[in-house]
Amino acid sequence: MTELNLALNPNTTGRYGEYGGQYIPETLMNELDNMAKAYEHFKNDPTFKTELHDLLVDYANRPSLLYYAKRMTEDLGGAQIYLKREDLNHTGAHKINNVIGQALLAKHMGKTRLIAETGAGQHGVATATIAAYFGMECEVFMGKEDTDRQKLNVYRMELLGAKVHPVTSGSMVLKDAINAALQDWTTRVDDTFYLMGSATGPHPYPLMVRDFQSIISQESKAQLQDQTGQLPDMVVACVGGGSNAIGSFANYIDDPSVQLVGAEAAGKGVDTNLTAATVERGSDGIFHGMKSMFLQNETGQINPVYSISAGLDYPGVGPEHAHLAATGRAQYVGVTDDEAVAAFEYIAKTEGIVAAIESCHAVAYVQKIAPTMRKDQIIVCTLSGRGDKDVASIAKYKGVAIDE
Amino acid sequence: MNSQLKPVFTNQKAFIPFVTANDPNFDTTVQNIVALAEGGADIVELGVPFSDPVADGPVIQAADLRALKDDPDLPMDRVFDMVVEARKQTAVPIAFLTYVNIVFQYGYDAFCQRCAELDIRGLVIPDLPFEERDELAPIAERYNVDIIPLITPTSGDRIAKIAGAATGFIYVVSSLGVTGERSQFNNDLTGLIAQIRAVTDVPAAIGFGIHTPEQAAEMANIADGAIVGSACVNIVAEYGTQAPAKLRDYTRQMKAAVSGVAKNPAV
Ligand SMILES: Cc1ncc(COP(=O)(O)O)c(C=O)c1O
Repeated sequence: MTELNLALNPNTTGRYGEYGGQYIPETLMNELDNMAKAYEHFKNDPTFKTELHDLLVDYANRPSLLYYAKRMTEDLGGAQIYLKREDLNHTGAHKINNVIGQALLAKHMGKTRLIAETGAGQHGVATATIAAYFGMECEVFMGKEDTDRQKLNVYRMELLGAKVHPVTSGSMVLKDAINAALQDWTTRVDDTFYLMGSATGPHPYPLMVRDFQSIISQESKAQLQDQTGQLPDMVVACVGGGSNAIGSFANYIDDPSVQLVGAEAAGKGVDTNLTAATVERGSDGIFHGMKSMFLQNETGQINPVYSISAGLDYPGVGPEHAHLAATGRAQYVGVTDDEAVAAFEYIAKTEGIVAAIESCHAVAYVQKIAPTMRKDQIIVCTLSGRGDKDVASIAKYKGVAIDE
Repeated sequence: MNSQLKPVFTNQKAFIPFVTANDPNFDTTVQNIVALAEGGADIVELGVPFSDPVADGPVIQAADLRALKDDPDLPMDRVFDMVVEARKQTAVPIAFLTYVNIVFQYGYDAFCQRCAELDIRGLVIPDLPFEERDELAPIAERYNVDIIPLITPTSGDRIAKIAGAATGFIYVVSSLGVTGERSQFNNDLTGLIAQIRAVTDVPAAIGFGIHTPEQAAEMANIADGAIVGSACVNIVAEYGTQAPAKLRDYTRQMKAAVSGVAKNPAV
């Protein structure tokens, strides 16, 4: 496997068009500045790059497969479908790519304590995992709603030695967990590194997370080249904060023939208030350290959001996505709970893959679009995670009673 | 720029209390502003409630929740209207504490214009650091509205540029973290203030965690004034619509303390 190219579309200003920036309390500004400088330094440091590479290969099990979904392709009868299997990574999702990078940076910066927010629990588990690996202290902030929805992941984090704080403020979901993690960080910047879980927040997070996740498209591009000698016609990934999607897009942004599509969580429907479809329903705003797009009311209060998927119910999106949407380089489409659940069952039955409900938002779009495309066209769809964590809630959604 | 807030600190130590708008309702907020003014507040800091006040501690977060509970779509114009009502009874200088998204959604120009019309002379925006202030500061300056910067114990070598650009007054954060009552302050506040004074003659007021008259006196001794948020908000939380009278009494006590004429110096 070739080393991860951390200098792809370098961006030291933290701006993506008008989006991005560092809208964060003064208490944290010096620390963010330290982090940005440390990242600029270490991303060109051969030792850092080798360590990162070795961890990705030996610990995270990279490269992940680019798998030709033959039965799905035949069944849908249109474009050739390839699945980028981030579900096969250690810890079962793309999140590990990012936490390895950030934790390694934290270690090189001399930090001893990692804190993180988590929605579905995937990022929390990934952070707890890497903290255990590096022997660092770890505390994870998780909305109370989510600790209830994802009890197994809470226990998993504790098993890995992390302390989980259920957050009871606000609507008790991901955004509130981010608020709580930020607040904790302001009280302990000296020894603590806030390991952000998505390509969101103030600079340098959107840049770092994009770079660490860009391994997804660096690999898929080379793998598809090997397998077919071609570029894909379309890349599809689900979008919560946007980390797996921006990582899936990164190496194709400068290839105009490749259509980039982000599948957002429409919840009960883009036109309802029970949605998390930020790009379609949201508007420009400033929140959680970044200028980007948010679901908000006219005054600028951040709306409660909803999706069946705990990993996608975030009221914002990373600034690079806001920019890709504004410039038309990428399209963002809403996928409802019902469609995602149908895709969950579909990919299980046709390919024998139980994929994360988050990822199934992308799969659902592929189900829709592939039949409209030619057979010589290629779709690469990222499976951001595996779906074991979702089995119980899908059963519940379907009204099936399971004795646990 | 012709700051309306800087002169407040001339020949006196300032006491700057804080309440959250619409906590618990419109009328009480108006009366709270008036009561704080009557009690001797030099500047009233009025918090615009926000759904996600990341820089605030549990007390002010709870106030924001109360303010938005029955009124999640509270328009900014309703908050301005509270000031319109208060202005019928008091000319006390007012500054807003607001998160930047509220200002951004209203429109920077329209927001500053409305502030100027109502004699709201300063904006404290905790999530608008020095690096981002240029998108708002030139507009605010046109309307003579000060953008009040925050300086914290972690500001370090940022102090010179922040203080250098400051107008009105500087909000010095007494300790790390979020707002809330504290019994311990960062022990080098004196050094922090000295660093600021080396750069600018813009007054510096200390806030975050002050609640007793003794603490306020101590802070006023080090700096040009004391800002008190959570303690006032606690009074509103406890007394609700009966808060104005309590706030008036509390402000009298605190203003006396910062002026060095406390009736009951520590026994
Ligand atoms: C499996 C999986 N996919 C996707 C996401 C959404 O995050 P992002 O948009 O940052 O990739 C999550 C978040 O928890 C997740 O667990």
